[in-house]
Amino acid sequence: MKTSSSRKLLGWVGLYGLWIVMTLITIIPIYWMIVVSARSRVELFDAPTLLIKSFYAPNYVKPLTDPVFQRYLINSLIIATSNALLVTFLALLATYSLSRWRLQGSENIFFWTITQRMAPPAAFVLPIFLIYTRVFKIGDWTMFDTQIGLILLYCVFNLPFAVWLMKGIMDGIPVELDEAAFVDGATRATVLMRIIVPLVAPGLAITFILSWIFAWNEYLFAANLTSVNARTITTGLAAFVSVTGTNWGEMAAVATVAILPALVFLVFVQRYIVTGLTFGAVKE
Amino acid sequence: MRSNRMGWALLTPTLVILAIVGFLPFLYVLYVSLFDWNPFSNQLGMVWAGVNNFRRLVFDGAFLDSLWRTGLFAFVSVTIELALGFLLAQTLVKPFPGRTVFRTIYVLPLVMAPIAVGATWRLLTIPGFGPIPYYLDRWFDIDYRLGTFADQAFITVILMDVWHWTPFVTLTLLAGLTAMPKEPLEQAQVDGANRWQVFRYLTIPMMMPVLLTVIFIRLMDALRIVDEVFMLTSGGPGTATQFIGIHIYRVVVPKTDYGYGSAMSLLVLYFTIVLCWLLFIALAQVGKQRD
Repeated sequence: MKTSSSRKLLGWVGLYGLWIVMTLITIIPIYWMIVVSARSRVELFDAPTLLIKSFYAPNYVKPLTDPVFQRYLINSLIIATSNALLVTFLALLATYSLSRWRLQGSENIFFWTITQRMAPPAAFVLPIFLIYTRVFKIGDWTMFDTQIGLILLYCVFNLPFAVWLMKGIMDGIPVELDEAAFVDGATRATVLMRIIVPLVAPGLAITFILSWIFAWNEYLFAANLTSVNARTITTGLAAFVSVTGTNWGEMAAVATVAILPALVFLVFVQRYIVTGLTFGAVKE
Repeated sequence: MRSNRMGWALLTPTLVILAIVGFLPFLYVLYVSLFDWNPFSNQLGMVWAGVNNFRRLVFDGAFLDSLWRTGLFAFVSVTIELALGFLLAQTLVKPFPGRTVFRTIYVLPLVMAPIAVGATWRLLTIPGFGPIPYYLDRWFDIDYRLGTFADQAFITVILMDVWHWTPFVTLTLLAGLTAMPKEPLEQAQVDGANRWQVFRYLTIPMMMPVLLTVIFIRLMDALRIVDEVFMLTSGGPGTATQFIGIHIYRVVVPKTDYGYGSAMSLLVLYFTIVLCWLLFIALAQVGKQRD
């Protein structure tokens, strides 16, 4: 019969063994991508090893100095940043309204916003494409292949979760604070900017970062609603597979560049990722 | 006195944007689905078709196949993710040295662009230099070719999804486990319940709301998967991994068969809503039982 201490030791070994394996499973695919991005074509077709012996810079230099690719990157930056700013600002106004006024039907609105996020994007690609190319047009100008088109569209995914996330935070701020300020003669705008915003600032930052990541990562709509001018980095990455004789090293380099900002941001939002991904339904 | 006008004014921008890019397309697709409309065919305009597009769908073998395939994929991958996620979440409840480090690394896939996840797995599985085919051949003598064998492609897509999303399931269930009241569990142990009984009669019922939320979100996401699969297999070989999202993307959009595509989009939306609704009912039922 086992003693309790040896059983405990076995438990520890099992626990660490499990998590070391999980860590390896998580890391190796990502690490392999970086390995490929550091190898030349010739080196790649040797037996696979996980060692990075040399760094083959052209994989990174060639796409990053290509003007087309630079434009993809800049588009992605502009679209993700503008969308995140817009979403954060709108969510601030909307949740302030939802938490301070009892508006008729606002519960339904709250629920309605979430159903927007559940719709399968594939079902909306075609309608949005048709609307952008055939309905929203002024002369020759259409919403198709514009940055603003994607910025507005990403609100459909980002606003619902932003509203759900901010609502909880907003409800936590006592109305008495507002009222005390009104007694002192402050206006609504002053209360919002001077009292509410500083208090919900961390929430706003998380909303901004998560919206930014979702917008940066989006592919399906970006691929279908842009052709030349507003293409994003994700569509640039996808373009590698359709070309025959793919340059895998370059593809790996581009993929590495594409995941880098999100990985950096992860440091700040790690604790809120669950809240973000469950639209505030589950809090950590 | 607070006037409601101010409240509505603050809410309006959000509602307007959601109406324009969220609701308007829905109405438009409803309208288009009732027409025959293919700008690149002989007849240029829209021709009234009534419910013909929907009638055509019911007999469209490729569409029904992709629907079935999507369902199978979603069911299998979500089941694996739940089982694995629950197991892993339970190991993370009690703090241990290094837990934070493991957790931080473990959530990396969650913030990766799905298209980059696809690229990652593509690099792992390319015949010639990918480690997966190389070692499968060397150690197990398995001929692994993603572009040739349908079953392997399907399984690989499931494994990729499990790799990508199990961390999400784990963290969400962990949040639920952490928030669970401790007293009933301790009381049960005092009363002599064994681990399985505690798990079956206490943990599972108490976790039901969180579990259903996770199932709900994961199912929705799995049913509409496109990016990763597009990057890994492009729906192939043949149509082995052509899920419904890819089907619309690869077959309907390039054919510019707008009326038919709209009908298909609507039907997919309808199935999704029905599924959501069923899960919501289940959720409400559980909520009632707890009260």
